[in-house]
Amino acid sequence: MSLLTQTPQARPVGEHSHGAVPTIPDSSRAQRHTSYAAADFPVPTGREEEWRFTPMDRLRGLQSDAPMGEARYDIHADGPAAVIRERVSTSDPRVGSSGLIPADRPGARAWEVAQRAAVLTVPADTELDAPYVVQLRADAAADAPAWADHAVVVAGRHSSSTVVLRYSGSATVVGNLEVIVEDGAQLTLVTVQEWADDTVELARQHARIGRDASLRHIVVTLGGDVVRLDMTVAYDGPGGSFEGLGVYFADAGQHLEHRLFIDHEAPRCRSNVEYKGALQGDSAHTVWIGDVLIRSAAEGTDTYELNRNLVLTEGARADSVPNLEIETGQITRAGHASATGRFDDEQLFYLQARGIPQDVARRLVVRGFFASIVGRIGVPWVVGHIMEAVERELAGGVSA
Amino acid sequence: MTTLQITGLHVSVNTEEGAKEILRGVDLTVRSGETHAIMGPNGSGKSTLAYSIAGHPKYVVTSGSVTLDGSDVLTMSVDERARAGIFLAMQYPVEVPGVTVSNFLRTAKTAVDGEAPKLRTWVKDMKEAMGALRMDPAFAERNVNEGFSGGEKKRHEILQMELLRPRMAILDETDSGLDVDALRIVSEGVNRAKESTDCGVLLITHYTRILRYIKPEFVHVFVAGRIAEEGGPELAEQLEDEGYDRFLAGASV
Repeated sequence: MSLLTQTPQARPVGEHSHGAVPTIPDSSRAQRHTSYAAADFPVPTGREEEWRFTPMDRLRGLQSDAPMGEARYDIHADGPAAVIRERVSTSDPRVGSSGLIPADRPGARAWEVAQRAAVLTVPADTELDAPYVVQLRADAAADAPAWADHAVVVAGRHSSSTVVLRYSGSATVVGNLEVIVEDGAQLTLVTVQEWADDTVELARQHARIGRDASLRHIVVTLGGDVVRLDMTVAYDGPGGSFEGLGVYFADAGQHLEHRLFIDHEAPRCRSNVEYKGALQGDSAHTVWIGDVLIRSAAEGTDTYELNRNLVLTEGARADSVPNLEIETGQITRAGHASATGRFDDEQLFYLQARGIPQDVARRLVVRGFFASIVGRIGVPWVVGHIMEAVERELAGGVSA
Repeated sequence: MTTLQITGLHVSVNTEEGAKEILRGVDLTVRSGETHAIMGPNGSGKSTLAYSIAGHPKYVVTSGSVTLDGSDVLTMSVDERARAGIFLAMQYPVEVPGVTVSNFLRTAKTAVDGEAPKLRTWVKDMKEAMGALRMDPAFAERNVNEGFSGGEKKRHEILQMELLRPRMAILDETDSGLDVDALRIVSEGVNRAKESTDCGVLLITHYTRILRYIKPEFVHVFVAGRIAEEGGPELAEQLEDEGYDRFLAGASV
């Protein structure tokens, strides 16, 4: 695949670093409208910048006024007993405490509709020796109202933990997930979207990272008809760290969209993002948007983001748009890279010329493509899960 | 005893200006234990012959036949040809990032043999073969051809030849880009593989210097898509002295 080799169409486009010269765009990502009230947002048409890649006609009216009720997942949680899992009213002070303010109409509608929120707390100074895994299974009837889901994950001061949220089943759902990493805490948060083929999900995740705290955020998106995840990150004080890793695999007809906005407002914080996706089958579509804003106060910022896509068959399409806004020259590093390549006929020929059948060759190459990021994830539960899922995708996939 | 038989082979490539004929009737027979050198000027179709036998999709066989012990090679897929015993050492081996040399070799060996190699003997065989080619053991954990120097790529090709033990090996300009030491090491590897398997070798080269290390019994001069002259090792010496001018004068390329 060409992103693996340096063939012309595969060369990382726009791979460069930004030095001391600040660029001031016409309109900043920071100026995007936010509100808790759905009425403040007009119904998007699909021509707006933030909706232009999304198939509006497949959202089942979530962008306008589709009937919406409370989410009803079947939940199984398993992990260290120190973790506190509660179900609270949305009037609880922890709800909204991450600073999440909806930035689009579906998100604001879900905020209005949700009366209850799930809160997961890792108490201060607690170190978990095993991941806390929450399995959320949806089983909504095809004609049921859409779901509004609200959840809050709190990593207390100086705690250290890994939390996995795995979503599966059928639903039409809009979610708001708040992540609060308090001062000095270390949280690895994994969200696995392993939906059934008929699920439509629009989700917002917002993380607030405290002073000297670190969040490793891992997204694995494999299932669903339309999945759109909007991840925003803010820093509460200096020394915060965000590592965002994403793995996605889109099959025929699937639309998987990942959008990130990292808002560097505090000094000496770092962010490092790597998303990798594979696509196979007719009209498989993935979108990756990586917005990074370094504000004038955020001196000493170190940020890098990378997106790689591997297109395995004809008819699939990957869009990849990194954006970097820099308002101070006093930064350590700011860069991005993006490349989309095809599974290369020359690679296939080379492997086949050594006796390796086409399907084995394809698997070898896809495993190789994901190897670096899977190695970085480092959570055995997740790694095993991803590799199994990738094998399944390849086994059921189209052989071109 | 294995025989690769090429008869009246015509091959075209599709270009923007339409199909372009490159091979114009090649006849050649290579048997086990024999080494044939194919020599010729650039653009004469030497590499096309190599890739056509291996089954590269870019090349379209318009007429003629290629058989291995009577089996029709042209109807086989690329991997079937390799499993039948045909090996092509490539001039420009392709990078496969994320796939380590050791994983690649084990996968290829399993495919060619139809069963996974015994772990203990496999590790030993690999170590020995790499040592003989003066390859650092750390090489096994690098990604296939990624960041390899020209010499490392060629050693890696011959390492595959030694481990996969083909019945018929085609070496496409294996000597290009090698310094004298590397040329000697790589040539020794080819000779070792040939000795231990008694395979046939089709050695494609532009220069005569590799023939100091690998001795062909047959030399074929390739011009404008067909064999223009055939002979023994003395023909190579003659080419060394005279170059290809004699053949090019009358050729209509």
